[in-house]
Amino acid sequence: MRNVWLIWRKEMRSYFVSPIAYILLLMCALIFGFFFWSLLQAYLQFSMEAQMRGEMFPMNMPEEITRRLFGNIPVTGLFIIPLITMRLFAEEKRTGTIELLTTSPIRDGEVILGKWLAATTMYCCLLFLSAINVAFLFFYSHPDWKPILVSYLGLLLQGAALLAIGTFISTLTKNQIIAGAATFGACLLIFVCGWVGEYNSETWARVLAYLSVSTHMESFTRGTLDSKDAIYYVTLIVVGLFLTARSMESLRWRS
Amino acid sequence: MITVKELTKRYARNTAVDHISFEIQKGQIVGFLGPNGAGKTTTMRMLTCFLPPTAGSAIVAGFDVLEEPMEVKKRIGYLPETPPLYPEMMTGEYLSFVGSLKGLRGAELKQRIDYVSERCAVADVRKKQLGKLSKGYRQRVGLAQAIIHNPDVLILDEPTSGLDPKQINETRDLIKSLAGDHTIILSTHILSEVEQICQQVIIISKGKLVATDTVDNLQGRSRGAELVLVEVAGRNGALDPAAVQARLGKVSGVNRIVLKAKQPAHSTFEVETQKDHFVRGDLARAIVEAGWDLNELRSAAVSLEEIFLELTGTQEAGPKDEVVVRGAGE
Repeated sequence: MRNVWLIWRKEMRSYFVSPIAYILLLMCALIFGFFFWSLLQAYLQFSMEAQMRGEMFPMNMPEEITRRLFGNIPVTGLFIIPLITMRLFAEEKRTGTIELLTTSPIRDGEVILGKWLAATTMYCCLLFLSAINVAFLFFYSHPDWKPILVSYLGLLLQGAALLAIGTFISTLTKNQIIAGAATFGACLLIFVCGWVGEYNSETWARVLAYLSVSTHMESFTRGTLDSKDAIYYVTLIVVGLFLTARSMESLRWRS
Repeated sequence: MITVKELTKRYARNTAVDHISFEIQKGQIVGFLGPNGAGKTTTMRMLTCFLPPTAGSAIVAGFDVLEEPMEVKKRIGYLPETPPLYPEMMTGEYLSFVGSLKGLRGAELKQRIDYVSERCAVADVRKKQLGKLSKGYRQRVGLAQAIIHNPDVLILDEPTSGLDPKQINETRDLIKSLAGDHTIILSTHILSEVEQICQQVIIISKGKLVATDTVDNLQGRSRGAELVLVEVAGRNGALDPAAVQARLGKVSGVNRIVLKAKQPAHSTFEVETQKDHFVRGDLARAIVEAGWDLNELRSAAVSLEEIFLELTGTQEAGPKDEVVVRGAGE
């Protein structure tokens, strides 16, 4: 456990010593801020129009805003996640520092866990930026905080699952760009493959839809905690980290 | 301290290390010698548990690399060919990270960091980023990280490659000073390095062990003779090398004479003498008495280089001139 913490601290430091963390934070602050602002504008417009027609605004505004916001964050995540994970192992392989880790009295699992946890922590920092926007809603209205919390849990689980896949892909190459591009492709594919389920109800389409990360997000954004979906994400995390461990082991047999 | 038996590493297409066996005693500095691609790095990687062997066994510091890699890893320090440095870390921070990885903590960690940065002369760059250090410093930080946990066995892969002559000397002195506390294996393709630092030498070529012996024995073993280079000139601008060869051959103690370079007016010969025969004076006298001019006469000590080329079977392709030039410098 001490070793996991050691690796985690080292990874966090390298995120925050290099400009990468700040670029990601800035990007996310701008993007989430823009989402929030444009959603808010749209709903202000709607409610104004509704009032002019003398109708009651039919929707719960804060809830609509957060729901749409939480629908957008995973899409942003698709772009962000490869940037977080691409260097994890690829860089160690390129500079040869992987030899230091593998010849030190530390288990592969500890290295992998430390690195993945650091990536997840980084992702949490980015999610936190969107929470700042959401916090504004609490100043002006009284949204229910429980569904918001559940949504964040969903976002975190989904992010952690995709980060595990990214961590695995990063072990496959020495080249960060390749790792990043492949991770982006893989995440996008696993994200959009659920779309076939929308117009096709054959078995294969349903299976594909089930495997997609996006279909499991819905229950979370509705504010309901569905154990089935949580288990799906946890499974994906376990599979991703398991593959990472296998790949790291095969590194020794192949190199 | 290290026992290697029939160690083999096979890849899909080739065999990188082929049934190598050797033994290394505690406190020794051992040179691991071979041309590029001979399997030095692969062997070292197997000793450090980075690569698992295909067959055979290696026992390092009392533990088998396959059975108990964790115990082995605790007892070895390893410096790969390129020091495994994180460019964004500062020296002190890096040493602290590696120290913690190796299981040091608290006051002991602090004390070891102080000790190794003093020992490896990196104390003045503790607050500098590793990515900004010069190559010599990087190599020394690499050494510092290898010895931070005071390992029984130190494995260094080409520790002086890419350094300038001054840095090479400093690094060699440092390695020499580490002997005694640690058992050191160092790989290199520079022979003079082995002659300078090592007590024992293991020569491999194409994955096979070709020789393992002490440096002294190996030097003695190679015919045990002295090589003398003689350049002879004819007085009237012409010289018959065969005549010179015949004359020099009569000097007692001479084993063999090889014509190395032939010009119309002068020629260079390589004279190999028997063990314990000091014939340089006799050679000079013989040449002058025969009416030739002696342009040059110098000793070309039989170097490991030659033994090496002989043993690894690359004599024909080997750079002969280099041997001569090297001999002249010493």
